[in-house]
Amino acid sequence: MTATEHTEPLNKQALKRQARTQQRNELSLSLPAFILVGSLVLVPIGWLFWLSIYGADGFTAENYIRLLHPSYKKTLITTFELAFLVTGLCILLGYPLAYLASQLKPRMASLVLLCVLFPFWTSLLVRTYAWLVLLQRRGLINTWLMDMGLIDAPLKLAHNFTGTTIGMVHIMLPFFVLPLYASMKTVDLSLLKAAANLGASPVKAFWQIYVPLTLSGLGAGVILVFVLSLGFYVTPALLGGGRVMMWAMQIERSMAVYADWGAASALGVVLLVMTLGILWAFARLTGAMSSVEGK
Amino acid sequence: MNFRKTLLSVTALTTIMGAGAGAVLAQDSITIASWGGAYQEAQRKAWFDVVEEELGIKVIEDTTSGAADVRVQVASGAPTWDLVQQGNYSCAILENEGNVEMLDESVLSVPGIPDIMKGKGWISNLVYGAVLARSDAAYPEDKPNSWADFWDTEKFPGPRSLRRNPVYSLEAALIADGVPMDELYPLDTERAFNKLKELKDDVAVWWSSGAQSAQILQDGEVDMALVWNGRAQSIADAGAPVSITFDQQMVLTDCWVIPKGAKNKDLAMKAIEIMSRPEVQARISLFINYGPANADAFDTGVIDDDVAKGLPSHPDNVAKGFVLDAGYWAENLDKLTQDFDFFIQE
Repeated sequence: MTATEHTEPLNKQALKRQARTQQRNELSLSLPAFILVGSLVLVPIGWLFWLSIYGADGFTAENYIRLLHPSYKKTLITTFELAFLVTGLCILLGYPLAYLASQLKPRMASLVLLCVLFPFWTSLLVRTYAWLVLLQRRGLINTWLMDMGLIDAPLKLAHNFTGTTIGMVHIMLPFFVLPLYASMKTVDLSLLKAAANLGASPVKAFWQIYVPLTLSGLGAGVILVFVLSLGFYVTPALLGGGRVMMWAMQIERSMAVYADWGAASALGVVLLVMTLGILWAFARLTGAMSSVEGK
Repeated sequence: MNFRKTLLSVTALTTIMGAGAGAVLAQDSITIASWGGAYQEAQRKAWFDVVEEELGIKVIEDTTSGAADVRVQVASGAPTWDLVQQGNYSCAILENEGNVEMLDESVLSVPGIPDIMKGKGWISNLVYGAVLARSDAAYPEDKPNSWADFWDTEKFPGPRSLRRNPVYSLEAALIADGVPMDELYPLDTERAFNKLKELKDDVAVWWSSGAQSAQILQDGEVDMALVWNGRAQSIADAGAPVSITFDQQMVLTDCWVIPKGAKNKDLAMKAIEIMSRPEVQARISLFINYGPANADAFDTGVIDDDVAKGLPSHPDNVAKGFVLDAGYWAENLDKLTQDFDFFIQE
């Protein structure tokens, strides 16, 4: 140990020391933030966990045993199915949109972004009801299609899984487009020209150069949309017609129906653990991908 | 959302209590929490004013969004509400949980309120009905009039709506399957779920709030629905082509409970006794389209005959239906809610 230290140049040691001091200073500066996060996030989550395992009669697994009822399994599947589907559709719709916006002249780009942002500023409840007006049996879309003679009977667009998906994708799209757009703006387009110069077709250059360079924005968008979708309540409740049962609705139900907070807490813990698990897997996956890119 | 509402009302309450403390000290008071809105305004005019006058006290008002509020208050050790309005099986559930004070004999012995509308710790005050409402546009001539008609998709095609809850849905299914209304309880749940399965594809919406049930009827999203009579009545009054039938209606009540440990328990007890008397009960129908729980109220002459016939608790209308068994639901709600959730998601 000492041997290596002696062989290192003196100024390198000094630099290291300085870096350490700086790190300590930064740490002490962020201490208030740590305390805030700790007391506002970790303590309540710990309390939530405690409530789910400690009832009136001491420690109990009762709150978790009740989750074995098949209805909860169904809800869990629906919740993740919807979250995956919404995330997938956001990628399909959002990626070309963000790409378009990033390639336009600033004036046009801000117009496109405004169109993305405008619904973002409107209340979620209002937008959900607006979809109901469009999608329901005697809604605008069905009336229009029937008047045109394209369909004979109204399509079942609202009050089911379809309606919920449409509504949620619309609400989630800005969360996906904005981080992606930001990362696309930082891509050096001369890299694509260089790729073309080296003989890559535009398609190949796009997939091998452009997409990997926007992965960080894509990842941020995907995580935002996925995690927010998992906790959705209002849109599935209004557009799902009672059929689409999300985990958040089960939590609300448990609060309203059962006497103690334990049942709802257990539901919260399960969702939290599953979400963290998926995020961890996602981080591993993208980590592996970016390290491949690094080589 | 409910939780936020609770938080809001708790905050509002704290503010009110803080601000009002000085003024109220001079005079005894009780705090009553009810459902707010037009409903509570009617209660204020019909009942609270009478209580204030007779007892010489002040009635402070607050709003509740359900049983969870009462639990939180009782769990806090110092409930600020003395009297709370709840939906009927919530009252029975709160009693089972030990969250309410037992009522005095003087309250429970007020004549005119049937036994099925009260328990040891709760007593009903308002009656409404879960009824069959149908679109007059979809069924201009021959209208569905029974739960059997509701299930008859050949004779009456069109999307339907039921409540996203086992309560009412299971009863309707059993009646449609031929179970007489006076032999419903305890429910044959297996038979009920099988019958519900028959109709499942034709139920376009399982509604979760009264407002939603009215909206889907009004917008023509469904052609018939099981709804609370007041909701259907209000859109019919506003001109929607919707009518209801009291045939095979489920008579439902809202009720009073006193949270366990309420500060002014004795005054609250007196207030309930006053508000349960037939002549006071009758007053509610002067201000809102709900019926009194006390059947004797119809003999007081306070309610016009025309109005009385449109109320779910009018003896003629009660005779067409049955009273929902709050005690049964208090015992079985938990299990059947899970089964129902599963059924819907299948």
